[in-house]
Amino acid sequence: MPNVTLTLNGKTVSHDVEDRTLLVDFIRDHAGMTGTHVGCDTSQCGCCTIHMDGRAIKSCSLLAVQAQGSNLTTIEGLAKQTATGLELHPMQQAFSDCHGLQCGFCTPGMIMAAVDLVKRCPNPSREDIIHGLEGNLCRCTGYVNIIKAIDQGAKVMREAA
Amino acid sequence: MYQLSYLKASSLAQAGQLLGANPEAKLLAGGMTLIPTLKQRLAQPSHLIDIGNLAELRAIKREGATLVVGAAARHAEVASSAVVREAIASLAALADQIGDPAVRNMGTMGGSVANNDPAADYPAAVLGLNAKVVTTSREIAADDFFQGMFTTALAEGEIVTAFKYPIPKRAHYAKFPHPASGYAMTGVFVVDTGSGARVAVTGAGAGVFRWKAAEEALQASFSVASVKALQHPADGLNEDMHADARYRANLINVMTKRAVAAITGESLV
Repeated sequence: MPNVTLTLNGKTVSHDVEDRTLLVDFIRDHAGMTGTHVGCDTSQCGCCTIHMDGRAIKSCSLLAVQAQGSNLTTIEGLAKQTATGLELHPMQQAFSDCHGLQCGFCTPGMIMAAVDLVKRCPNPSREDIIHGLEGNLCRCTGYVNIIKAIDQGAKVMREAA
Repeated sequence: MYQLSYLKASSLAQAGQLLGANPEAKLLAGGMTLIPTLKQRLAQPSHLIDIGNLAELRAIKREGATLVVGAAARHAEVASSAVVREAIASLAALADQIGDPAVRNMGTMGGSVANNDPAADYPAAVLGLNAKVVTTSREIAADDFFQGMFTTALAEGEIVTAFKYPIPKRAHYAKFPHPASGYAMTGVFVVDTGSGARVAVTGAGAGVFRWKAAEEALQASFSVASVKALQHPADGLNEDMHADARYRANLINVMTKRAVAAITGESLV
């Protein structure tokens, strides 16, 4: 079995996995980070969205071996550890403030897609946000509050930059 | 996922050797179509040979009147490339309409064109712009490359390495996406080459094809008026749960008019 070594949320992670192991299964089953979800298994829903070397990707549509040596960030890697505790990323805080979720299953992917969008497009219009969410499905909210949350998260990320 | 072997090629030459040594192997670049296909076991190659990160396949450059795009250039790279935007803005705009942002970060031009999905976007650009498909053994003209649903002129073991696009005078891609999948229900790439017109249609038929009647009309006069009265026949077009052949024929008419109007700046009303 090949060994896959990569950086996951700033820590080096190394596991022997089968060639056929999907990256999302490496993250969930081998590295034990279960914040990244598997929603559809057909690469449509975006629940498994993470960042690989700074770009949003769908971790259910990559083999773990393809991510050899890469730098991954998942939802668990967004919040910052401060002296007073864990401080949510502005986009996480915005989803909380704006009720950008109901059941929450799609939320990790939504937030990872949103952070990627704001990195590429710091001041997104409503159209930019809708276009940027084309790969992420939510079956609860009707997207209204998700769009509101991303608008707020973008604003706070801009001010912090 | 079924049991398979993954091989990472360190060069194009090595990829060719690995492909030759493993008759049931398939090339993997972005994998945005291939991996989901394997997960559903619609194909079960013995080996995947990864060429997605080969630097020799990823260059995007302008060479005189030609735009050269490496086969492993990702959709997001094509969409945001200053070189592509300056040379053929419509190609960058097309790339930005493929799939979704995460798919565009992985998917490659070579993968899309070699797969030749009848509803894919890039084949319309390659055929409309009269590009050459560069492979490990030859250059194939777009008119010879596409041979119907999921079928191309590629031989066993032949690898697509780049695309050479003649830079047109002006061009536009008008797409009517399926609202759920994002694939083209019908997309029309209209090109004014400077010495003629080309109209390539994807999503409507068994594979990408040229609409010769529209090309002739535009050749005579490049305007919306030239194509306004044209009706593409419905015979032989795709029929599925989303749209029948007559609906797709009408989409060809409408998307062609929209593309021409976007090029000329004419109003459609």
